[in-house]
Amino acid sequence: MVRVLLNVPRQVRRNEPFDVKLLISHPMESGQRRDAVGLAIPRDIINLLVVTYGNEEVLRMDLFPAIAANPFLAFSMTAVASGTLSITFTDDHGVTQSETATVEVV
Amino acid sequence: MKRLLVLALLLTAAAGDIHSGYDDASPETRAMQDDDSANPGFLWVREGEAQWSGKACAACHGDARVSMRGVAARYPAYDAALNRPITLDQRIAQCRTERQHAEPFTPESDAALGLSAYIGLQSRGMPLQVSTDGPMRPFYETGRTLFNTRMGQLNLSCAQCHDERAGMKLAGAVIPQGHPNGYPEYRLEWQTMGSLTRRIRNCMVGVRAEPFPPDSAEMTALALFLAARAAGLKIETPAVRP
Repeated sequence: MVRVLLNVPRQVRRNEPFDVKLLISHPMESGQRRDAVGLAIPRDIINLLVVTYGNEEVLRMDLFPAIAANPFLAFSMTAVASGTLSITFTDDHGVTQSETATVEVV
Repeated sequence: MKRLLVLALLLTAAAGDIHSGYDDASPETRAMQDDDSANPGFLWVREGEAQWSGKACAACHGDARVSMRGVAARYPAYDAALNRPITLDQRIAQCRTERQHAEPFTPESDAALGLSAYIGLQSRGMPLQVSTDGPMRPFYETGRTLFNTRMGQLNLSCAQCHDERAGMKLAGAVIPQGHPNGYPEYRLEWQTMGSLTRRIRNCMVGVRAEPFPPDSAEMTALALFLAARAAGLKIETPAVRP
């Protein structure tokens, strides 16, 4: 289980941009390093991140190596109605995890 | 007389200019520490919070925000039963094995660092204030001696970098004064959280010395001296450092 900190304002104004901040505990192993006996450490990075709001996809992101461990991701979005923000990511081991937050439009 | 006066002035200047490693860090690193939602240390803090409430910690100590407030500011503290000072991490380990009868933490594990970070966070913003009087005195003096002792193949003491050359550069990086006010801290170089013990080991390996074992009397004495040396500095746990 990967630890995730999803930071979203609980209340936002209709059509006004707000920030979504995301911290994920992940080694983001680049695949370039070798272990103590010289064997290549297989790449293990988060390679896909999908953000949906309600039933609508708002962000799809392909990730590549050269991102530090425990990545911090932030983006802005707007909402017209209250709903659930859902973030789903997948890593090279095929592990998929979701994190949700409810946003109220006032 | 004149020479004495100059010396006195120098000492005053040195004592007056105690500042956190935060001030030596880049604006980007400082920004990371300032924003709790961007500070990766909070991944560990949340882990520690879950442990606090899930395990028996909360059963005895209740709400950490109340019971643990200010605790990190006064450690290392004297343990009367052991007749020696112990660090906060040692205190947590003691509580865990003796009172909870749980397996001891693996040093530098996410669980150990998380709980330490969560407890440390409760004292964030409070000034470090350890006791160096009475029974603590000899341990403090030992720590001071170690701090000023040249060691390793490079034959350097802590003081030579962190007192005499603080603010100057080692390769491209500013040499900080070496205060322990943000531990456990997230180091970008490590890409993870680490304890003060790990940081000291890091320094000792750097001067090609044999590091003090994590729970040795030397390591604790040095931690005590560092905390006393940083008296008044505000706790920043979980700090972010380069």
